[in-house]
Amino acid sequence: MDHFPMQDPKPLHNPLNKIADQSSRIETKNTTCYMCACRCGIRVTLRDGEVRYIQGNPDHPLNKGVICAKGASGIMKQYSPARLTKPLKRKAGADRGDNEFEEISWDEAFQMMEERLAPIRATDPKKFALFTGRDQMQALTGLFAKQFGTPNYAAHGGFCSVNMAAGMIYTIGGSFWEFGGPDLERSKLFVMIGTAEDHHSNPMKIELSKFKRNGGKFISINPVRTGYSAIADEWIPIKPGTDGALMLALTNEIIKQGLYDREFLIQYTNSAQLVNLDEKSTEYGMFVRFEVPPEEGCFDPQNKLWWDRELNRPISTHTEGADPYLLGEFRLDDGTPVKPAFQMLVDRVKDYTPEWASKITGIPVETIKRLAHEMGIVARDEKIELPIPWTDTWGKEHQTVTGNPVSFHAMRGLAAHSNGFHTIRALSILMSILGTIDRPGGFRHKAPFPRPIPPCAKTPTGWDGIKPNTPLGGMPLGWPADPDDLFVDENGGPIRIDKAFSWEFPLSVHGMMHNAITNAWRQDPYPIDTLLIFMANMAWNSSMNTDEVRKMLNDKKEDGEYKIPFLIVADAFQSEMVAYADLVLPDTTYLERHDVMSMLDRPISEYDGPVDSVRIPVVPPTGECKPFQEVIIELGSRLKLPAFTKPDGERKFRDYPDFVVNYETEPGSGIGFLAGWRGKGGEKFLKGEPNPKQWEMYEKNNCVFQYHLPKSYQYMRNWNQGYLEWAQRHRLTRYAEPILCHIYSEVLQKFRLAAQGKSQGKQPPDHLRKRIETYFDPLPFYYEPLESQLTDLQKYPLNAITQRPMAMYHSWDSQNAWLRQIHTFNYMHVNPVTARKEGIEDGGWMWAESQWGKIRCLCRYSEAVEPGTIWTWNAIGKASGAWGLDGNANESKQGFLLNHVISEELPAHDAGTNVSNSDPVTGQAGWYDVRVRIYKAEAGEEKVSFPQFDTVNAVPGQSKPKKSWLAYFAGGKKRA
Amino acid sequence: MTQLALVIDLNVCVGCHACVTSCKEWNTSGTAGSMSDDNPYGQDPTGTFFNRVQTFEVGTYPNTETVHFPKSCLHCEDPPCVPVCPTGASYKRAEDGIVLVDYDKCIGCKYCSWACPYGAREIDEHLKVMKKCTLCVDRIYDTALPETERKPACVLACPTSARLFGDVHDPESQVSVAIRENGGYQLLPEWGTNPANHYLPRRKTRITIHEDELERVDNPLKKERRQPRPGFDEPTLDDVTSW
Repeated sequence: MDHFPMQDPKPLHNPLNKIADQSSRIETKNTTCYMCACRCGIRVTLRDGEVRYIQGNPDHPLNKGVICAKGASGIMKQYSPARLTKPLKRKAGADRGDNEFEEISWDEAFQMMEERLAPIRATDPKKFALFTGRDQMQALTGLFAKQFGTPNYAAHGGFCSVNMAAGMIYTIGGSFWEFGGPDLERSKLFVMIGTAEDHHSNPMKIELSKFKRNGGKFISINPVRTGYSAIADEWIPIKPGTDGALMLALTNEIIKQGLYDREFLIQYTNSAQLVNLDEKSTEYGMFVRFEVPPEEGCFDPQNKLWWDRELNRPISTHTEGADPYLLGEFRLDDGTPVKPAFQMLVDRVKDYTPEWASKITGIPVETIKRLAHEMGIVARDEKIELPIPWTDTWGKEHQTVTGNPVSFHAMRGLAAHSNGFHTIRALSILMSILGTIDRPGGFRHKAPFPRPIPPCAKTPTGWDGIKPNTPLGGMPLGWPADPDDLFVDENGGPIRIDKAFSWEFPLSVHGMMHNAITNAWRQDPYPIDTLLIFMANMAWNSSMNTDEVRKMLNDKKEDGEYKIPFLIVADAFQSEMVAYADLVLPDTTYLERHDVMSMLDRPISEYDGPVDSVRIPVVPPTGECKPFQEVIIELGSRLKLPAFTKPDGERKFRDYPDFVVNYETEPGSGIGFLAGWRGKGGEKFLKGEPNPKQWEMYEKNNCVFQYHLPKSYQYMRNWNQGYLEWAQRHRLTRYAEPILCHIYSEVLQKFRLAAQGKSQGKQPPDHLRKRIETYFDPLPFYYEPLESQLTDLQKYPLNAITQRPMAMYHSWDSQNAWLRQIHTFNYMHVNPVTARKEGIEDGGWMWAESQWGKIRCLCRYSEAVEPGTIWTWNAIGKASGAWGLDGNANESKQGFLLNHVISEELPAHDAGTNVSNSDPVTGQAGWYDVRVRIYKAEAGEEKVSFPQFDTVNAVPGQSKPKKSWLAYFAGGKKRA
Repeated sequence: MTQLALVIDLNVCVGCHACVTSCKEWNTSGTAGSMSDDNPYGQDPTGTFFNRVQTFEVGTYPNTETVHFPKSCLHCEDPPCVPVCPTGASYKRAEDGIVLVDYDKCIGCKYCSWACPYGAREIDEHLKVMKKCTLCVDRIYDTALPETERKPACVLACPTSARLFGDVHDPESQVSVAIRENGGYQLLPEWGTNPANHYLPRRKTRITIHEDELERVDNPLKKERRQPRPGFDEPTLDDVTSW
């Protein structure tokens, strides 16, 4: 097939005459989209082997036939001149960044990697680091890293939205997007907070439209009104980084008015459990246990106490007929002072009044109160009772499932701040006190969630987890439940290159990719040898402090060797990162490969049961492109990693499809990458023997496996005996124990006790004790983002934030001829009041400057942004010549990146000199914390964005468009 | 007489551009294609799109509305683009009211685009013909397609189902009902073009709270009040009388 099909078809005589189709070969194939991370089902029509039409698959549960702007532009991604098509080696003598490459064969590429990596694995496996961008194939890449034996692996979650995952999962056992979301089908009030304009895409769009048409009220809380916020019934502008203050004030008002769901809090959360308040006790701040058996297993044992109202004494939780106090202060027989956790929450939010929050958030007091009243009254007075009988984990039978129809959705606007973890804890608690967890009209889980709090996976806990020629002694990423789970050395120092799971960022459950390059360059905590980056644009929009990171990638030691000696980049397109590679591995597009959306990773489950899906190639790979999955299988086999090798040393799997069918998490486990059609004939699901016909069965079923749980298992799953036992039988979970929401977090208190020197076990280094004690608060609290605390706010008064537009997914689509016409370059959006104060004109050039750097960009007046915030589209700006674009393309001359004014590290302060600009609990990158000032560009200045970078050339294997215009027409070559 | 048209619900349109690119991908390889793009990978790229979304702001902060406004040929019942065409290339179909251009007759003189008050026509600079939305005339009658898919590509694509398609002359059609019940309106009616496409306006849902709803007999806070219990040794009747 011609790689770049461009033709000049003649105009037709009759618009109804389908000559092209009549004389052509038409095929239709189903697969799964990957123009963004939503993974809609698509139906691809090919004409004479060329992509003619990509439509939403009407039989797919996720998108039900619809498609978005990105999905409908897949053709232009497939045939983009930015495609890498050959393995490349950096030319001898050329520097990184020069973009000078020579073509090599795959054999040579594999040989290079094998020769490099085998000795590393045999001597010091941590010297190999693998970091991946948004890939949704962490089941495979994580397995590879673990098998290799390196702890230095993560995907992009640390710089994306780990606060959302950690804040919610450590509180309610589930999270937004892949693992749960708002039940807009039955909700009456929907509050969307801090959500970039379509995060996420089609499923949310479908539901939002239905919700509006059903007459629900949609409130958007966001500094900016675009995208979804545009159709909100009410827009409440808020200052960035202050959402936590709002959540806490709403909680204050809801409790004050008695609008919380008392029954729900008692039965399904730890609100009524008694907390030990004896300051002298080593158990201070922990729940009182009536018996202290060794607590093994990964669940909350049922050994806590309530204070019963009738008996006026402590009683075992969930005692039949007991009715505990949520508020009050009591003394146990031994004199120990105790309070119910809910009283602790009330004490905490006492001063977080609407008046207090108004000053911080910029939201009027009356609006905060009204919002609280609307939430509370809709939750209480518009209750849903579904005639669904179910049994709870305490054996109590219920005739109905109750719903309080208030729902929420939030994303990076809350997460990407250094106070995001506590903000999201506060949101999760607000959702819990309204009684909306896994109930109709509220928040609902998606399989494999809910998980225990925290989930069971753990990393190794010390150096002994890393041994030559041996798989890692734990998972590369995990969920610490107490300080002893940290991955630190004997002095409490970090073991991972990104310092995840260290005392600096104890709950960095998605790793900290944003610090991997800086730390590796500084050789802190140690030097590495080989860095493999898959599908992440670390030399551009995926790094904070882009310019400096580019220098680090190219920086050499005194002996002339690079500080990061060997850099492998796997990508499908000529991103800015490619220029820095020593070895480039050309990946396929989503239309050219097998893929799985696995239950072991982030499947596409629906509220009513588990769903997973696959991609099946619809066109052959372009040039010598090879799916990255195949690279992993090949490399794993060559390195003889146990999971990829038979006992006799032979390779175990022919290729990736073979691996997907036959790999089991352990011999005979029956658990593999795909949940559907397991068992010899495809008669089982979730657990069952490998089925040689599994791919065919997926193909016949729209590339999707979907299981609908019985109705009685679809709700209240944290505490639903039927569901939990079902999940246990199908090995989704080991424990069928109730998952009480953690209004009060003992996990956090355990870290605080360690910081106070009150616990046995691991202790933080002294310089971090105060930090741990402060931020590991068992109850949510509000603090100003760390960078703001360390910035002269008189000098840099404004917040600067980004979001991605609906028609572009991060940096993925500037190479797309159609999508780049929608977003050719970006403006800085500024409220006219703010801009005029500085004399900046609408459409004029301006500077935005932080304490870290400055950018020159174009200003666009907007009344849809709060005056203390400026914002722009993320990653529309490109380096000149990258992404197959001409050197003078608008993306590089007018487009710009905000990243140049953002730092990956904080100014020196009491926690250290090179501390990551991240949430101190989770390590979430504080992208949205930067403070700036703006001023007008001088009249004589060059009319281009700043900074500019030298134009890079195309690399070998990129197809050059033959002329300056394109008229795409698929196939139909026989047409007259 | 049938008049096919689109009805676009601004109450749910989130401005995602799905209609824009799904239109392009269907039509560039369809009978109305190709749809050319100039400088597709260079400076100031510009191409032919039958459908575009314009986004604008209304009002002053904080009372700002952001409006996403998809726009394509409105298939006017009295289309000004037709009579001005010197060659008869621009025509309105009697059977379904779709306004089309016969590329073979079109000389690219652009009279029609000057006449159109909506800016809905797109000249193809390379093929030198005027192009525009055909309501996917090559889909909607195609019996090879499943009946549910005999709709314009933009309608199939729209994730918020903001685009309805049907006969606005049939009072029982989905589009006529939507126009009637939701205040559907035409663009620039004063031009007398009588556009077949209609728009549905924004509608706001509000919650009214009455003060007494905040005060409830079953307020859970009441359960939290511990009954006051006087001290054991405080005086009682037991101390002062024996009856």
